[in-house]
Amino acid sequence: MGRFLVRRILQGLLVMWLVTIAAFCLFFIDPSGPMSVARRIGGRQATTQQLHRIIHDLGLNQPLYKQYWHFLWGAPGRPGLLQGGLGRDYYFGEPVTHILYQAAPITFSLAIGASVLWLAMGLASGILSAVRPRSFLDRFFTTIALFFYSMPTFVLGLLLLLIFYFDFTTKLHLAWFPAAGYVAFSHNPWEWVHHLILPWMTLAVVSAAAYTRLSRSSMLDVLGEDYIRTARAKGLTERRVVLRHGLRAALTPIVTQFGIDLAVLIGGAIVTEQVFSMQGLGFEAVQAINNQDLPVILGIVIVASAAVVIANIVVDIIYAVLDPRVRLN
Amino acid sequence: MTIGNVGATGELDLVTGTGPVEEAPEAAKVIQGRSPWRLAYERLRRDRAAVISAVIILIIVVCAIAAPVFASITGHGVNQQFRVIGLKADGFPTGVGGKFPLGTDDQGRDVLVRIAYGARVSLLVGVVTSAITVTIGAILGLMAGYLGRTVDTIVGRIIDVTLSIPFLLFAVALAAVEGGGSITLVITVLALFGWSSVARIVRGQVLSIREREYIEAARSLGAGSWRIMFIDIFPNVIAQVIVYASLLIPLSIVSEATLSYLSIGVQPPTADWGQMIFEAQQGGLYQVAWWFLVFPSLALLITTLAFNILGDGVRDAFDPRADRLFV
Repeated sequence: MGRFLVRRILQGLLVMWLVTIAAFCLFFIDPSGPMSVARRIGGRQATTQQLHRIIHDLGLNQPLYKQYWHFLWGAPGRPGLLQGGLGRDYYFGEPVTHILYQAAPITFSLAIGASVLWLAMGLASGILSAVRPRSFLDRFFTTIALFFYSMPTFVLGLLLLLIFYFDFTTKLHLAWFPAAGYVAFSHNPWEWVHHLILPWMTLAVVSAAAYTRLSRSSMLDVLGEDYIRTARAKGLTERRVVLRHGLRAALTPIVTQFGIDLAVLIGGAIVTEQVFSMQGLGFEAVQAINNQDLPVILGIVIVASAAVVIANIVVDIIYAVLDPRVRLN
Repeated sequence: MTIGNVGATGELDLVTGTGPVEEAPEAAKVIQGRSPWRLAYERLRRDRAAVISAVIILIIVVCAIAAPVFASITGHGVNQQFRVIGLKADGFPTGVGGKFPLGTDDQGRDVLVRIAYGARVSLLVGVVTSAITVTIGAILGLMAGYLGRTVDTIVGRIIDVTLSIPFLLFAVALAAVEGGGSITLVITVLALFGWSSVARIVRGQVLSIREREYIEAARSLGAGSWRIMFIDIFPNVIAQVIVYASLLIPLSIVSEATLSYLSIGVQPPTADWGQMIFEAQQGGLYQVAWWFLVFPSLALLITTLAFNILGDGVRDAFDPRADRLFV
């Protein structure tokens, strides 16, 4: 396990390094020269004088390998990525890390809650379908899954808003769901959940659909195995056979797919934040386009990619626990 | 009976993917050989859900092509603003019925005409993106799988990186660097992030195919790597590539609409479903003009639903043993 861990972490670091190179190339290389790079960094309202200062401060005239080093490690008075610095945001006049600190908990709350719901809904419906294939319930879940699988996240979000917020409040006079906003967990846990229910549903339902099908087919495969017959022959209850013996083996492909879908989750979070006006990382990133405020976007790309890489390592560890064979090769 | 045997071999060949079966000679009329394509087509034709979806897609395509007809029948141009008859006295859009079958939008434009024009963007992006993505993915997957070693490592790492960067976030970054979205940017971003899944599937297939005897035979006849890859191996993975391509179309359509919704896709005033839904959300407009939100959403949903069912049918037709995504 130790060796597996080390190898997996080294792989993660390599991917992260490649991400920084990709991001650097995208943001700092421009054939028309340092001035246009500075214009992206300076924000919409930057004056020529400010742009020249940015070129000077960030050393945009220097050779690229030096710029990359400054970006990665930092220059005097300007900590780079490895020192936890993400540069300065010229549009708002504060370090990028400040902006990210404020936005990250929102995205995190959204992603965590949604993925719990998503896995729970996907697994539960998939297992129920697999236990009684071709039953009414199976067909019902299949239809629902197909419907939501085809549903764009923002369409679902807006329709939920239209029905559960607007129609409920104005027509039925049931003010059950707020329209938008975010309340910190530390501030009021109940309000935190209350404000997040619709965003969680939006993000989870769309993704859960594919997992309904995945866990159904995976569970069906496992239930056909010999050891399941043995377990039944031992006289175990059906519940125990399915949930203890079957589920563990059926989970492995689901865990793999979940690892792949984490990057998709961040994308979904961007859209969901936009629909519900939650000022998380995705919201800030989209906002930053209008302000031509690239340092924020660069910071969010790096942080989100790092989150995906780390989460993927965690997923792989879970996978190794579930299926001991992967540790060996 | 012999007929049964021929049919069975035909199916077997398809599943193991050993390439097209030759047509039987004219003399044996009863035992007519059927190519895997023919078999797949016949299976698809028997799939009622897939046929209905195909018809719906055909209707959508006709609507997209005939979008100007909608404009001329209603007499409302796609970007024409009817500020007097299209907006109520309080400035809100007029509803369904009357002069505007599906109501108007915030600027007094005809929602029906704009949905018809919006179908053009969706279908164009869906089909073109899917074709480009699959081509890039198939070529890189073939190279990684057949050439192995360095090529495999490099392609494998690039796949890891593309899977680690959230695609929507990257699209946001690219739109910011480029200073706004365009249809080319949308297709580029989607292709840039879509190919890796195709490449992984193709690579896996190629890894097993390259160990077959006929590849060894080709090599011993002096065939070069490129010839083997594209003449000998490629026909055996093409069925899977087609299946993937058909499932990629709805995915691309959703992604395109999402980018437009985030204002980093096709730019206004081009009529686009994602864009319309975004506009409907502005200032909570959908609360007073539900049609402005609901009809473009329905158009989008019906299109992706139809493509998904058809794609699933295509998968089933090419490989009946595979587990269907949706029954």
